[in-house]
Amino acid sequence: MELLCPAGSLPALKTAIDYGADAVYIGLKDDTNARHFAGLNFNDKKLTKGAQYVHDHNKHLHVAINTFAHPGGEKRWQNAVDKCVDLGANAAIIADIATLEYAANKHPNLDLHLSVQASATNTATIDFYKQNFNVKRVVLPRVLSIHQVKQLSRNTDMPLEVFAFGSLCIMAEGRCYLSSYFTGESPNTVGACSPAKYVRWTETKNGLESRLNDILIDRYQKNEKAGYPTLCKGKFNVDNNLYHALEEPTSLNTLSMVPDLMKANICSVKIEGRQRSPAYVEQITKVWRQAIDSYKANPDQYQVKEEWDRVLANVSEGSQTTLGAYHREWQ
Amino acid sequence: MKLSLGPLLYYWPKQTVEAFYQQALTSEADTIYLGETVCSKRRELKPRDWISLAKALNGQGKEVVLSSMALLEAPSEVKVLKQLCENGELSVEANDVGAIQLLSEQKVPFVCGPAINCYNASVLKMFVNKGMQRWVMPVELSRDWLTKTVSDCEDLGIRSQFEIEVFSHGFIPLAYSARCFTARSENKAKDDCELCCIKYPQGRATTTQEEQQVFVLNGIQTQSGYCYNLINDISSMKGLVDLARISPSDQQAFSILKQYREAINVGIEPIKLESKECNGFWHKIAGLETQY
Repeated sequence: MELLCPAGSLPALKTAIDYGADAVYIGLKDDTNARHFAGLNFNDKKLTKGAQYVHDHNKHLHVAINTFAHPGGEKRWQNAVDKCVDLGANAAIIADIATLEYAANKHPNLDLHLSVQASATNTATIDFYKQNFNVKRVVLPRVLSIHQVKQLSRNTDMPLEVFAFGSLCIMAEGRCYLSSYFTGESPNTVGACSPAKYVRWTETKNGLESRLNDILIDRYQKNEKAGYPTLCKGKFNVDNNLYHALEEPTSLNTLSMVPDLMKANICSVKIEGRQRSPAYVEQITKVWRQAIDSYKANPDQYQVKEEWDRVLANVSEGSQTTLGAYHREWQ
Repeated sequence: MKLSLGPLLYYWPKQTVEAFYQQALTSEADTIYLGETVCSKRRELKPRDWISLAKALNGQGKEVVLSSMALLEAPSEVKVLKQLCENGELSVEANDVGAIQLLSEQKVPFVCGPAINCYNASVLKMFVNKGMQRWVMPVELSRDWLTKTVSDCEDLGIRSQFEIEVFSHGFIPLAYSARCFTARSENKAKDDCELCCIKYPQGRATTTQEEQQVFVLNGIQTQSGYCYNLINDISSMKGLVDLARISPSDQQAFSILKQYREAINVGIEPIKLESKECNGFWHKIAGLETQY
C-alpha cells in the first residue's frame, strides 16, 4: 500500500520524500487544480526541480489536473497534461472527461488516475472511465463506508486509492456547489472551496465572527478555538437548535483502519493537505510511514500508538479527528 | 421554449405523490421527470412503482422521463439503476456517470442530469455519441458559460443533436453526502433514520445565527436556502435554452409553470423577486445573490 503525500511547495515535496512518502502529488500554478491558492503550487522551474528530486529518490510523482476545463479554455488543461508528460510524472490525476479524453488519445503511455473530483462511487462509473480512457486507478470520494469500500474492491479489478487523513470533505467531491452558492467560486470552476479572499474576521460584542462573502459562518467565544470558515463546517440554526448542522471542524483520521484498508486491497492511502506547511507534511508522513511499516512487520499485532494520535490531533482541524463516512455511525 | 417539471426531490407519502402527478398531467409542463433521485431508503414508491407510474403517465400528451439517483454507493443501488435503464419504453435522466455507462450499453437515449459534471463541449460531444439527447446544465453555471459552450458546440457541429435545459425555479440541489442531514437534525444516525424526512415535505430550513436562510436540508442532499427564480431571465434564454425546469416544492409548482408559460408566450413585466429568492448563478455571481 503506497503512502501518497501532499506537496503544495518544493520544501513540502522534499520533506515528504525525506520522511518516507512513496509518492507525492502536486499541482501547477493555475486553475487546473483544486488547490489554486495564492503562494501555493509549482511554476515551471519548481516543477523541474521537484520532479528531479522525486526521481532521484526513486519515488513517484502524481500531478493533479482535477478541475473542469472552461469553454474556450481547454488548451490550458491540455497544456497541463503535456507538462505532466514532459516532467516524466508517473501519473496524472484527472477529473474532467474532456481532459481525460485528450490525455488518453495524445499520451497513451501516461498513467491516468481518476480524481476524487470525478465522484466515482460504483462499478458502473468505474467501468465508464476504464473503458473510455483506460484509467489505471480510481480515487474514491469520502462518502463510502468501509464496508462499501470493501464491497467495491471485491467487485472491480480497478486499483483503488482512498483518503486516509486530512481535512474532511463531507460531500461527494466534484458535485458540491455550496462554495459557488455563497461566493460564485467553487472547486470545479476556480479550484478552491470557500476561497480565502471572501473570508472576513470581526471582533464583535457577540464574540469573534467569521464570515464568507459576508455570510456569518460561526461565532467564537474567548475560550473557543476558531477555525477556517469552510462553509459546511459552520454553526447554523435548524428550528432554533444551533449546532454544526452539516459537520464539525474536524479532520479525517483512519490510522485505526490500516488493517481494513490493507485487507481490502487498497493500493494507496492519500493524505490531504497541499495547502498545509512542510511542518505538517513532516508530521503526517512520519506517522503514516511508521503505521504502514508497523502493520507490514507484524499484521496481527498492529495497534495505533498514542503518540501517533497525539501528533495527528495537533495538526487536525479543531484538534479533532473522525473516521468520517467510513464509519456508519458518522453517516 | 418548453417547460419541464423536475423530479420531486422530497419524500412524500405515496398518495400525495400520485395525486401530484395526476395534476401534473393537466399542467403547463411539456416534460415530466419522475423518480427517486436522493435516497434509496425512501420506499413509499419502490423503483417498480416509479416505473409503473411513469408508464401510466406516458402517452397522455407529456414527455415522461425517469430520473435516476445522484449518489450510488451500494451494489443494490446499481441494481435499481439497471432496472430503470431496462424499462424498455422511457428515456432516463442520468444523474451519475454510472447511469450513462449502463444506458449507452443498452443503447437507451438519455438526458444528462444536473448532477453530472459536464462543463464543456468536448464532454457533450462524447455524451452525444453515447446517446445523450438533452443536457441539463450543472446548476452553478451561468448564461455566459452556456453561451461559450454552445458556440463551441456549433464549431464541433453537434449543437443540433441535443436540447439544453436549465434549472430555472426551485430550491437548488447543491451537494450530496454520505451523511443524512435530516436524520442528524433529529439526532438520529442514518441507519436509524426512521425515514424522518417524510415529516419535512419541503425539507428543513437552516439559517445562520443572523437568521439568514442559507440551506434547506433534504436527507443526504443540501439545497439552496433561497429559491432560485429565473422568471425575469426568460427573454435572455430564448434562442439559447430549449427547456426551463421548474423543481417542485408543492402544488405551487403548477401556478409557477403557468407564470413561466406566460413569460415565454407573451412576455411579462419584470417581477421583483422576494427576499428569499435568488438568481445569481445565471448572472455569473454568487448563487444566493440577485441581479436584475
